Amino acid sequence: MTPRHVGVVGAGPAGLAAAHAALAAGARVTLIDAAEQPGGQYHRMLPEAYAAERPGRLQHGWQEFERRRRQVLTHRRCSWLPETSVWALERHEGNPEPAAPGGPADPTGRPPRVHLLCGGPADGSGRGRRTLDVDALVLATGAHDRVLPFPGWQLPGVFTAGAAQALAKGERVAVGERAVVAGSGPFLLPVAASLLEAGSTVLEVLEANTAGTVARGWGSRPWELAAQLGKTPELADCTAAMARHRVPYRLGCTVVEARGEGRVEEVVTARLRPDWSVVGGSERTVPVDALCISHGFSPQLELPVAAGCALHGDRGRPGLGSGTGTGTGEFVLVDDEQRTSVPGVFAAGEVTGIAGEPAARAEGAVAGWSAAGGDRSARALRVLRRSRDQGRAFARRLARAHPIGAGWPGWLRADTVVCRCEETDFGALCAAFGSEAEASPRVAKLGTRAGLGPCQARICGPTVLELRDRLGARPDAGPIPGRRDGPGGGNRARGEDRAGDGPREQSAEGLPAATPHRRPIAQPLRLGELAASPEPWGTAPSGTAPDATPGTPEIATPDITVPDATTPGTAERTDPTDPSEESTS
Amino acid sequence: MSPRLVPVESDSTGRRDRPLRITVDGEPADGVEGQTVAGVLLVSGRLAWREGPSGAGRGVFCGIGVCFDCLVTVNGDRDVRACRRRAVDGDVVHTQSRARTGLCPGTPGTQAASRAEAQAGPQTGEGE
Ligand SMILES: Cc1cc2nc3c(=O)[nH]c(=O)nc-3n(C[C@H](O)[C@H](O)[C@H](O)COP(=O)(O)OP(=O)(O)OC[C@H]3O[C@@H](n4cnc5c(N)ncnc54)[C@H](O)[C@@H]3O)c2cc1C
Ligand code: FES
Repeated sequence: MTPRHVGVVGAGPAGLAAAHAALAAGARVTLIDAAEQPGGQYHRMLPEAYAAERPGRLQHGWQEFERRRRQVLTHRRCSWLPETSVWALERHEGNPEPAAPGGPADPTGRPPRVHLLCGGPADGSGRGRRTLDVDALVLATGAHDRVLPFPGWQLPGVFTAGAAQALAKGERVAVGERAVVAGSGPFLLPVAASLLEAGSTVLEVLEANTAGTVARGWGSRPWELAAQLGKTPELADCTAAMARHRVPYRLGCTVVEARGEGRVEEVVTARLRPDWSVVGGSERTVPVDALCISHGFSPQLELPVAAGCALHGDRGRPGLGSGTGTGTGEFVLVDDEQRTSVPGVFAAGEVTGIAGEPAARAEGAVAGWSAAGGDRSARALRVLRRSRDQGRAFARRLARAHPIGAGWPGWLRADTVVCRCEETDFGALCAAFGSEAEASPRVAKLGTRAGLGPCQARICGPTVLELRDRLGARPDAGPIPGRRDGPGGGNRARGEDRAGDGPREQSAEGLPAATPHRRPIAQPLRLGELAASPEPWGTAPSGTAPDATPGTPEIATPDITVPDATTPGTAERTDPTDPSEESTS
Repeated sequence: MSPRLVPVESDSTGRRDRPLRITVDGEPADGVEGQTVAGVLLVSGRLAWREGPSGAGRGVFCGIGVCFDCLVTVNGDRDVRACRRRAVDGDVVHTQSRARTGLCPGTPGTQAASRAEAQAGPQTGEGE
């Protein structure tokens, strides 16, 4: 019997664990990641060119990761496709319907066809287009920082906390000498620790939620939960580093403004109430050369949405009262075996909920095992499920302890940029959302261009949706507490005298409700690449190599093109026919 | 007071640096092999290199290819995310701008300005 072919998109903690488990269950695996190396955000590796003697120094759980990485990449049933972006998922022929989240399944019952853009440096021209058909698909595309807007957040020197982390861990760049780390969630701690390790001064770490919210959210014995997940040593290391460097950790505080001429030079911090409205008179000015900010994470949902996977979370985080929808709450809905609503498609890691690396790893393992058709009664699976469930419990408490408070729009001024790409400001959005006719997100986009820039609403999408809901279109969405000088100040009254629910993005003619994650082209590709006809990948009989890494895509040869080893940037790429090469570092 | 590389002597990872040089709008910029283009721009003293619609400077924001703030032209390819692209010695980098000239922000005409970024940036002619 030919083994099942499992495609895994994303080689972060979740995807790598999925590949590992699927191989253990006997499947053939194609593991795909846009990056050169596996590891994702958590195990971001130093470039090989750094020839680091102690690459694991900046990592927690390095040995286990390193072992798993080797086992997967050197496995004879695994094809590893680095520097390969999945730019689209396509339902199979005979099904003209576009995928709708939670909509009817592809009648063929097969997972969607995977469209790849492979080989060559990121965003270079002339990468190869390939298609890949698999028996089961695991989506493990992770998340990115969510940053709420505030005056000055577009200034150079304001980084997401993730960017500061990626630069420190991934290429040893410290983003500044005097930094403030602010936002919400435990992620602020490793970021501060990385900056300290890189020699920066961290002036303070500001958690926007109050001590009360955090304590209530974590509930009793949070450390026990962390310990079950193996998180304790990591958090202890971070807090020890902060104590050593006497970095204050202030709860119920945040940065409400960044200022400077052409770059950030100072930030304004303020005390917050539990709903994140500013305590008047508590503002302080702190000179900085870098601000690292993260209010949580947004899952990268474009591929699950393209596949038609049902989402859950209802835009607001669970555990919050009504009227505080934050737009971060949408995740892929999965069952006990990590199946999505689409047959043959599984999801794992931060796309299903924000719970950190151990949970992502456990979910990935369950997903990989299930996708490979592994024995459902296997003892190992029970163990995996248990740690996955612990991860989910951790995620629930995390969301409760670090919610986004409803009062954050109180930080905004009329000229505060909300959509970074188009520089659409809060005043323009207020004007657009103030009238019912303009209250659908599509109209808001066209009227204001918010969300139509190069990032395609990846950064501002959830924020614009939330503001739209709260500025008039959805009276039930709750007023904005503590707003002082907002333009269109009557934002709440306007909604209140309207009957009914206001125009939401209704499912017109069976079309799915709009989601800010709908991007049919999930990763940028060039027109020339789009025009080239793709070659199928993975159609070769099992046992032989599915294909080789394409090097020169314009040449539409039906089979293998060998990477040009002399081309910079491709020399270190592993030919998927020989995964063992990768582990020779 | 700009971003900088952790000094190689004090780097706990025991890395070894091989210098590389790229040009940015004709000026040399020095980094080390393995860095991203964004990393090289940052450590060579540039915090901002792209212009938003108002002409305001932008550099790295998300660091992982999501925000598109860091776009540059590399060897003639426009709209390359500098935070995702490995720098290669000799790379010819040009900065990009979305500044709207003569167009009123918020009017439909600004779509033309966005397209202008996609088609003809302020600098072309390098690379092929
Ligand atoms: C910038 C950043 C840094 C972080 N650093 C830390 C940290 O130091 N410590 C910590 O505890 N947590 C960190 N986190 C939180 C982190 O998200 C999780 O802890 C963990 O990495 C989640 O694992 P995952 O496998 O779900 O996703 P990820 O680790 O995000 O992996 C997803 C992978 O999918 C790939 N991918 C996505 N879309 C595509 C596509 N279309 N085609 C091909 N490949 C694709 C990505 O390249 C990535 O490698 C960080 C998050 C971010 C955004
Ligand atoms: S910094 Fe966001 S895409 Fe490069």
